[in-house]
Amino acid sequence: MPTIVVEVMPKAELLDPQGKAVAGALVRLGKTEFSGVRIGKRFEVTVDRPVDDALLAEVRELAVDMFSNSVIEDVVSISVV
Amino acid sequence: MRIGVVTFPGSLDDRDAQRAVRIAGATPVALWHGDHDLQGVDAIILPGGFSYGDYLRAGAIASHSPIMAEVIDAAGRGVPVLGICNGFQTLAEARLVPGAHTRNAHQQFIRRDQKLRVENASTAWTNAFDANDEIVIPMKNADGRFVADAQTLARIEGEGQVVFRYLDVNPNGSLNDIAGVSNERGNVVGLMPHPEHATEPGFGPDTDEAMSSGVDGLKFFASVISTLVS
Repeated sequence: MPTIVVEVMPKAELLDPQGKAVAGALVRLGKTEFSGVRIGKRFEVTVDRPVDDALLAEVRELAVDMFSNSVIEDVVSISVV
Repeated sequence: MRIGVVTFPGSLDDRDAQRAVRIAGATPVALWHGDHDLQGVDAIILPGGFSYGDYLRAGAIASHSPIMAEVIDAAGRGVPVLGICNGFQTLAEARLVPGAHTRNAHQQFIRRDQKLRVENASTAWTNAFDANDEIVIPMKNADGRFVADAQTLARIEGEGQVVFRYLDVNPNGSLNDIAGVSNERGNVVGLMPHPEHATEPGFGPDTDEAMSSGVDGLKFFASVISTLVS
């Protein structure tokens, strides 16, 4: 069963409070070589038929209109696995 | 005067909003997220809560629910729409008002009686105020940080679409201390704090005069009633 993977990240210029909290925890663990963490989302969309261009286009539209909010997030990748 | 209040799965303050409408002198009408029927209401309120558990993004799934197609259509015709807290997030996700919301900058849920300044007293939901009025109403949220890109911020500041600003303290890191905004026409207003929780003596924020006596939220509902009458 094909799976279409959509990855969404908070925009680089926006504060990512979750990532900042994890980065703070890394510092407390002594992991000082890591300078930052940002947390995004991964959507795995499954279909019961082979993926064609039309279906990919539909997922691309969903990724922009629903899976992400373009005011605060970017769709960084769409791939079939 | 019939004012609809939409209930989504996970709405919490729909009953409070209905009660506030009744106290203000209008008739509340319960609307259901799964319907395509606004039941001919004169104005619409999207209440606070955690629609769909805030999954995906706060207000995101609600903004795609069946009734929102009708709400978007009504907003386009000039019907007054107020989004409170989760309702504001839903309006932003539906692109009925500018901007978006992220997790509070300090990562914590916050509940406090919040002082606001009324920046625009000419919208459908604020005309009973005077510009620069200072009011206190409760706020309670985890994803209340208003953000927009620099160009949008400059535009809404310039066009008077910033309707409310946090005073004394910015509780969540919202850009420009923005607590509420409107669409260009001023019939759609969204804000994070809760006017419906400050409409009845004994249940509102404390004031200098007496405990729990704050009713600054009443003027939101008085405003829309006067909008609809005129």
